[in-house]
This record gives sequence, structure tokens and C-alpha cells, in this order.
Amino acid sequence: MAKDVKKLKVSAIRNGTVIDHIPANNLFKVINILGLDHIDNQITFGTNLESGKLGSKAIVKISDKYFVDEEINRIALAAPQAKLNIIRNYQVEEKKEVIVPDEFSGIVKCVNPTCITNNDDVKTKFRVISKKEVSFKCHYCEKITDQEHMVFI
Amino acid sequence: MLDLAVKFEQNPSQELLSGKVIATLFFEPSTRTRLSFESAVNRLGGKIIGFSDSASSSATKGETLKDTIKTVSNYSDLIVMRHPIEGSARYASEVSTVPIVNAGDGANQHPTQTLLDLYSIRKTQGKLENLNLFIVGDLKYGRTVHSLLMAMAHFNATYYFISPKELRIPTEYKMYLDQHNLKYSEHADFKDIVDEADIIYMTRVQKERFSDPIEYEKTKNAYVLKNAMLQNTRNNLRVLHPLPRVNEISTDVDDSEKAYYFTQALNGVYTRQAIISLILGLKN
Repeated sequence: MAKDVKKLKVSAIRNGTVIDHIPANNLFKVINILGLDHIDNQITFGTNLESGKLGSKAIVKISDKYFVDEEINRIALAAPQAKLNIIRNYQVEEKKEVIVPDEFSGIVKCVNPTCITNNDDVKTKFRVISKKEVSFKCHYCEKITDQEHMVFI
Repeated sequence: MLDLAVKFEQNPSQELLSGKVIATLFFEPSTRTRLSFESAVNRLGGKIIGFSDSASSSATKGETLKDTIKTVSNYSDLIVMRHPIEGSARYASEVSTVPIVNAGDGANQHPTQTLLDLYSIRKTQGKLENLNLFIVGDLKYGRTVHSLLMAMAHFNATYYFISPKELRIPTEYKMYLDQHNLKYSEHADFKDIVDEADIIYMTRVQKERFSDPIEYEKTKNAYVLKNAMLQNTRNNLRVLHPLPRVNEISTDVDDSEKAYYFTQALNGVYTRQAIISLILGLKN
């Protein structure tokens, strides 16, 4: 593990944001949610790194990019334990944790195939009912979507 | 709302809706709910526009629900809607300029049925509190069951869920009852416990809900109520059913004083009169 961390430190960024403790299997979901596949900034990432907490984790470093809280909290569904380091001039200036919101819209699909949001052009909307093992209730059909059945839009 | 329904029962024809137009949009067929709403509107002196299945609406031309609702809300003062998609009523209420009454959205909810069920329970028992509620049949897909369960949670009901294995009450509803500290039990049969019931709420067990047709054949008779089963039951027991019935209540029950399902359907008119007039703020 120490070796991995050291390796990643080599590609440390000068300015920008480091997102750590992403579950390895959700890395690309996080990239997708933040729209990192559509920006021109330099991005480095590592995945399938050992993690005591998560078993297997991923890390993303985005140069010259800072997120507002609202933007970053969107990844809470895919990476509720993610930690953010705000880097300025190679130094960690600030550490942040993501906050699972009470309510959110978009981001994921409702699990229920006969929900209006899966049958008409209606944006999904949910109320979070559990923040630890994230699960949420559809505003429209009232069905509960859990982590296992989460499909990102 | 239930008290207002009592007033409509005493005096069903009141011209409160004179000059008003009520739209009944039934995207899937329903006889009882639609006729009962239309009867309620007629008894209140209102006019009705609408359709009784989606084949005669522009939904077949590919119109979205939003466009249908936006258009019809120009033509009416209130929309009553039945739709096969879950959450459609709540969505319609967000895009409509007039109130929407949910007359059933897929397997989700059927709130006006529940209000008439509550009306029927209160009328026959003299109260809603502390009753033993037997719910029999399809507890998995039955939207009337889900709505009734949640409504009766406000009145400290004790629930007896009687269903085949494949149609058991979904976990989320059991969680709901746990959160409210309410007692419930699940049973495969109700012959031996029926004497504890205050209300038996029968529902239809549909063959097409079973993945295994042999399982259906084996279990179907366990969910049929026969008159002989009512022999040692409580005097206050009443049998309810949202209708249509197929064979889950044998016809020999119909003449029992404990059979209440046809009066229950009549109560639907009074309850819906109350719902419409309350929503539109109409007073006599």
C-alpha cells in the first residue's frame, strides 16, 4: 500500500483537486458524474489500489480545477466516503468530505421500470432515506433504489 | 373529509359543481372507479369530459402525458386521472394548472379507494382505531392494499396478511409498519384465525401473477372466502373488497349481513363527492 501511495505522490499535481477513497468499481461513474471526460484539464487517476477501508479504491487528480460543494456532492451517491484535497502549489490547502444530500434530482435512474421517469421525459427526483448505505426514495413512484441497483444517467 | 362524505350520504344530490367541468382521463380501463367519479360529479351538478381508455386519447398518437395534461387543464376545473405508469399522477400535478385527483397510478397508490375504504370501515365499526385488519390475496401488486395499509397505520391497526408465497406483502411496507411500531403477522391460510377479524379485506389473486401455474392451482382455494367460514366470526366483522370480484368471495357470502362490498362501492360515490368539493373549496 505504501508503495502505491508513493507512486501516486510522484504524479502529484501543482494546483487542483485530488479525490481519494473512491470505490474502485465506481471510478468511471465519478468521472462521468463530474463530466471529467469532457474537460481539457490534465487528469491522472489510479484504480484498484489497496485500501483498508474500501478494499479496493481509486484516486483522481485534476489539475487546475476546483469544484463548488454542490458540484462535488453529486458524487456522494457513487463515493459516499470520498475525501477531497484542495492543492495549491503542491500543498494540501484544504481537506473536504462529500456530503450525501437530503434530496437530489437527476444523476441516477429510478429502479422501477414502470416509473414515470423511465417512461416519459421526466427528470428523476429522490429523497435520501439512508446516508450510510446510500438508498433513496423516488419522488414520483415512491419506490426505493439502493446502492446495488443504482444506475447512473 | 369522511365527515363531509357522511353529509353527502344523507343528501347525495347537491348542485355544488354547477358550471364546472371535470375531466376524467382514464389511460387504462376502469369501470367502477370511473363510473363512481362520474356519478359523483353528476350528483353535484357538474359536467364531465374525458376518455375511458387510452385508445381514444391522443396518447396513441404519441403525445406525452405532460402535453395531454397541459391541454386538458385548459378545458377543465379538475382532472381525475387513472394511468398505468407509477408516479404519473404526482408528475401530472406538477405540470397541471388545475388540481389532479389520482384515480390509481400503476401498482403504486389508489388514494380515493382508500378513503372510501376508511369511510366503510368507520361506518361499520363505529371507529377506525385498534381494529384487527385481515388483508387477503394479492398483497404484492395490489395498490389498494398498499394505500389501505398506510392509511390504517394512523389508527393503530393490527394487520394479518394472508397471501400465497409469491404475492406476499413487499418488505418496504413491513419496514413502514416496523417504523410505526405496529403489529403484523403473515399467514398462508386464514381458516383457523378468521374469528379474530374485525375487517376482512379480500382482493383478487390473478393467475398471471404466478411464475409457476402449478403453484397457482395448488394455492388458489386457500384465498376464497365461503359463507361457512363466517359462522363463528365476530358480530361486528364486515367483509370488504375493492371489486371486481371473480371467485375469491363465493356468492353464498353475498346474502350474509357481514358482506359489505356492494355498499362499500356505493360509499365510493359519497367519498368522491367529498373529495371533489373539498379540493375545489365548494361549500353548500
